[in-house]
Amino acid sequence: MEHFLHELWIARWALAQGLVLTVEISVASILCGSIIGLFAGIGLTYGKWPLRLPIRAAVDCIRGIPVLVLILASFYLLTFAGINLTAVESGLLALSIFCGAHMGEIIRGALQSIPVTQIDAGRAIGLTFPRILIYVLIPQAMRQIMPVWVNTGAELVKASTLLSVIGTGELLLRTQEIVGRNFMTLEFYGLCGLLYFLINSVIERLGKFASRRFALQ
Amino acid sequence: MTYSFQFRAIEDNFDHFLYGLALGLVLAVAAILVGTLIGLLCAFATMAKARLPSRLVGIYVSAIRNTPLLVIILFVYFALPQLGIRLGKLESFVFSLAIYAGAYLTEVFRAGLAGVPRGVIDAGRAIGLTGFQLALYVISPIMWRNCLPALGTTFISLFKDTSLAAVIAIPELTYQARKLNTETFRVAEAWATASLLYLATCLLIAAGLRQLERRFPKF
Repeated sequence: MEHFLHELWIARWALAQGLVLTVEISVASILCGSIIGLFAGIGLTYGKWPLRLPIRAAVDCIRGIPVLVLILASFYLLTFAGINLTAVESGLLALSIFCGAHMGEIIRGALQSIPVTQIDAGRAIGLTFPRILIYVLIPQAMRQIMPVWVNTGAELVKASTLLSVIGTGELLLRTQEIVGRNFMTLEFYGLCGLLYFLINSVIERLGKFASRRFALQ
Repeated sequence: MTYSFQFRAIEDNFDHFLYGLALGLVLAVAAILVGTLIGLLCAFATMAKARLPSRLVGIYVSAIRNTPLLVIILFVYFALPQLGIRLGKLESFVFSLAIYAGAYLTEVFRAGLAGVPRGVIDAGRAIGLTGFQLALYVISPIMWRNCLPALGTTFISLFKDTSLAAVIAIPELTYQARKLNTETFRVAEAWATASLLYLATCLLIAAGLRQLERRFPKF
């Protein structure tokens, strides 16, 4: 135990850096992903077919491919296409696209559950479609989106571990490096799992709070 | 951009890709079978009158669901040997994936059980079935039907998760694509082939599931 604490003390900054990067990546990818997802969701629900079909195809493709393959593909492919991104950036891109596809489906589901009469009512009082979206549809869709959105955050924290494969120094890669030095696999992988568990437990709490806060009474 | 597509390397190694795909499917099937067993046990345990089983199941489910699969895989593969539990690559991966699936399936089966109408259970009791008979002949058929769609999506996501096996050097599809990528530098071709194979398999499984759901109409 003392040995472990000693090693932990040596590794403290590496672990802290990893933890910070994990949180940063998760936050950045959920923000980018949500923006992509918002547009995708609106396009899927209200777009005419020339808009809807390509989005549908893209969303289905992304959901049918493992995240790890998305990450590896964006890491290796973009360099070949002449776009030089760092490992963090290409990982972020893959996670954002992954998150965008899932959020797109979630937002589509939420928007479709709103009765069409709401749009008619909005038109009747002379709102343009963007205004109907902003003032009528999205606030109502939020009720359904919020709890799921928070869960997607937890999914992304978990998916961010996959970036260790392309050499992004987030929490898991840092742990692997530490383990590579001191061979204390049990202790440090255990600690790593515990840290992820704590982050996600907090997010889970937030999700429960959000679903209570946004529930229709 | 001066990249010209050459599918020669893919054609030569296509059997490796197919082998990888088949291995991924086998791993996913093994994991969902073991996971279903765990899920069923846990779900029925929460039905018990005593508080302790459902408390334990709750801890298991939230611990696994809040931990990344990759960390679980690495923990089982690298850390358990320190405790004297030595598993082969494939066994340790299936074990990790199964306990991961078990946590999700517990929730699925619990929801399926909750969807069994109260009246049917009372009717079973009224004709004098024992608790075990009730579970076997009355509750579980309805529960299975309730769970079918969620079981299917879990299977698809497990199949996609088998790509993580590449990290501990199990030669499944992602591993093969990566290998071809580094050996021949046919980057675009390798990843496009792997992606298409994953996509096609997922779509096929989804189509099969829709057929299955149509075969067994909802209760």
